[in-house]
Amino acid sequence: MPRDLLQPDAGGLYCAAGNFWIDPLKPVDRAVVTHAHADHARSGSEDYHTAVDNLPLLAARIGEDDNTQGHEWNQPFELGDTRVTLFPAGHIFGSSWVRIESEQGTWGVSGDFKRAGDPTCAPFEPAEVDVWVTECTFGLPVYRWDEPERIIDEIEEWWRACKAAARPAVLFCYALGKAQRILAELAARTDEAVWIHGAMRPLVDAYREAGIDMLPTRMVSEAEPGQRYGGQLVLAPPSAAGSTWMRRFPKHSAGFVSGWMRIRGNRRRRGYDRGFVMSDHADWPALIDTAREMNAQRVVTIHGNGEALAGFLNENGVPAESWDLRASLRPSS
Amino acid sequence: MKRFAELFEALDRTTGTNAKLEALGDYFRDAAPADAAWAVYFLTGQRLKRLVGTRELRQWTAEYSGLPLWLVEESYEHVGDLAETMALLAPDGKADSEPPPLHRLVEAVIRPMSELDDTERRERVVSHWRSLPGTERFLFNKLITGALRVGVSKRLVTRALASVAGVEPGIIAHRLMGGWQPTPNRFRALLSEETDDDRGGATPYPFFLASPLESEPDSLGAPDQWHAEWKWDGIRAQLVRRDGEHFLWSRGEELLNGRFPEIEQAAEELPDGTVIDGEIMAWRDDDQATDGGPLPFSVLQTRIGRKKVGAKTLAKAPAVLLAFDLLEDGGEDLRNAALEDRLARLQRHVLGRGGAIRPSAPVRFEDWSELPELRASSRERGVEGLMLKRVDSPYRVGRRRGDWWKWKVEPYTFDGVLLYAQPGHGKRSNLFTDYTFAVHSGSGLVPVAKAYSGLTNEEISELDRWIRSHTRERFGPVRSVEPLHVFELAFEGIARSSRHKSGIALRFPRIHRWRRDLGVDDADRLEDLERLLPD
Repeated sequence: MPRDLLQPDAGGLYCAAGNFWIDPLKPVDRAVVTHAHADHARSGSEDYHTAVDNLPLLAARIGEDDNTQGHEWNQPFELGDTRVTLFPAGHIFGSSWVRIESEQGTWGVSGDFKRAGDPTCAPFEPAEVDVWVTECTFGLPVYRWDEPERIIDEIEEWWRACKAAARPAVLFCYALGKAQRILAELAARTDEAVWIHGAMRPLVDAYREAGIDMLPTRMVSEAEPGQRYGGQLVLAPPSAAGSTWMRRFPKHSAGFVSGWMRIRGNRRRRGYDRGFVMSDHADWPALIDTAREMNAQRVVTIHGNGEALAGFLNENGVPAESWDLRASLRPSS
Repeated sequence: MKRFAELFEALDRTTGTNAKLEALGDYFRDAAPADAAWAVYFLTGQRLKRLVGTRELRQWTAEYSGLPLWLVEESYEHVGDLAETMALLAPDGKADSEPPPLHRLVEAVIRPMSELDDTERRERVVSHWRSLPGTERFLFNKLITGALRVGVSKRLVTRALASVAGVEPGIIAHRLMGGWQPTPNRFRALLSEETDDDRGGATPYPFFLASPLESEPDSLGAPDQWHAEWKWDGIRAQLVRRDGEHFLWSRGEELLNGRFPEIEQAAEELPDGTVIDGEIMAWRDDDQATDGGPLPFSVLQTRIGRKKVGAKTLAKAPAVLLAFDLLEDGGEDLRNAALEDRLARLQRHVLGRGGAIRPSAPVRFEDWSELPELRASSRERGVEGLMLKRVDSPYRVGRRRGDWWKWKVEPYTFDGVLLYAQPGHGKRSNLFTDYTFAVHSGSGLVPVAKAYSGLTNEEISELDRWIRSHTRERFGPVRSVEPLHVFELAFEGIARSSRHKSGIALRFPRIHRWRRDLGVDDADRLEDLERLLPD
């Protein structure tokens, strides 16, 4: 059997024909980076290739450098013996999936992606591939998302209830992507300013500079001494939950925006009052529909509940297998 | 149903006590009494008989959602709650009409399911999956599988009802005692003003519970203000004698009538209007002249499950009620009288030695310095430690700190190896929190205890991650892991058991701490535990 075009390596995927790695977690010669989340973009590699839109976010993550090359979507470029094209993945601003054309066939690597609407990024753009390497963070059928509209309704209603009770509404969300998506979604409904945690500042700024319309924001760290937050919305990264930073929001109600909130136990265990089920990842139906839409003869699942999705696709006539990228980081391999 | 689902959501969406009280109060004020009566039933922790087995439910869920069974099971393992898994897997029902009110759902849909055959039951369940919206469907699943946990305590429900009714919480607690009948009339009566009916009939009083003493007893003040007695290791019970009838209630409000005929026979001798609080114990009488002594809890256990007791069991495990408080005398509620007065009146009723109702003798002491030694003798006496009660204390409701303290003897401990883990329930439903521990026996390891509590949340998450990445085998939800981690476990007692491979059963095992400093070889051996067995 001929060797596959891609192999798990360095925590990502290695393409020998093109001599590059996709989303490596260890420093390599040449990295193709799908997006700027820390589990995909790491510093220390010699050269980087990424989407033009992702340049400022990647710079914020790994530092400014002249070794990063930006590519327009849908514009193929040559790497070794392969032709590489980036397409929008709809995950966060500047996120791509990667198509590699080669003598060993055409492969698509999803990075992280979603199919739901998001005012902060270009929608996922499908294209045909022979092999579809798909993330499956939420690769179980219990994960199905409602329309984002409805979740924003819930958030708005909760904020309103907090106002009525004069309680701070502290909304936990990931600092890159989710925070800006919420600020952009709410901008269609109000123009009230929102407090943000300091960790979100550079990322919110980068989105603003990219021309994305969001609610005005104020930094909690720059608030007047004695500032009261009753009825006000505060965005904070999940790492701030339970920290002393939270002491400035007495009697707050805590919400968390994440696909994980679909499971009641996840929310109750972490002590959030409210869970808002909105994710930047594909849900189970979207994972399956996308695999079909890419028209792939073979599917490889990475990141998440890979066995279940691969098993289900196999039973439904799509040959599929699950790869463990993390295993490539262990010393034995 | 809709209003109850809203209440569930409101309770589920807050971690604050006041918000929960408010949500409960709003519900009890608004809801139709027929529905509210059932809400009280479920919220105070009563449950319907399980009408659908988990295997059936998994099977039906697979058919209904069009997913293969293995994927339903994989999802269940991930979510940890079958009712929730089902509600998440299948698209929401299309509500063409309002869901039925709670009482109708329970009385006309769920309860009669026990009369149906398998096909009809399946049809009834699936048709409700089709018609009920999200939260209602989740609750429906919870009710048919017999387990609804909402995250409110009975005490909180009692407080909410008390504020709606405008009476003391103690009165509501009393009205809720002795098995709640979920009828609209009972609900109306529950919220009524205080009346003479609040005493009488079969109804027991709410139990007063002691708190653990966390400091030395000399911190309690003058010793002559305190009454000491042994802390018995039996079944806390209340004996109600009224109108020529008697009722023996456990603290879990289970009516024990029929199970302890020797105590009931003695109860016939009590005058009407008498309520005694005490502990049911298995008791060995050496001869009529002495008080004999307590038998281990494992002996009493042979009596607990039995509704009819044979002569052999009666002889092997004779039971007595050790009376330690008098709550009603001559029909008069004594709970506000001082403990010493109640005890003096109790003496008159239970003076006779050798009877099946006998006084729990006080432990006499002059000075606090005598108590540590007495407490240290607990194990050889077959008791759990000492009780300390303020002599002028009234008989309060529930667990209130200050007047009654329990000062238990230090538990036994051993070091065991983590061998199996399975996910917990409710809040911990997708974390591995239920552990099985083993000790060395011969050249292998033999499981001796299951424990659920004792670790911090951080330790639980750490262990959960480790378990997931070090699973050896899966047996349904249970995973076996590499024997590597050693934990110190505490337990209260030990008995021989033919039902366990190890041949022993431990009482109240729980985790004391994670012994990261110990390796598997350092764990205890089965012989170390067997040495603690009573002769």
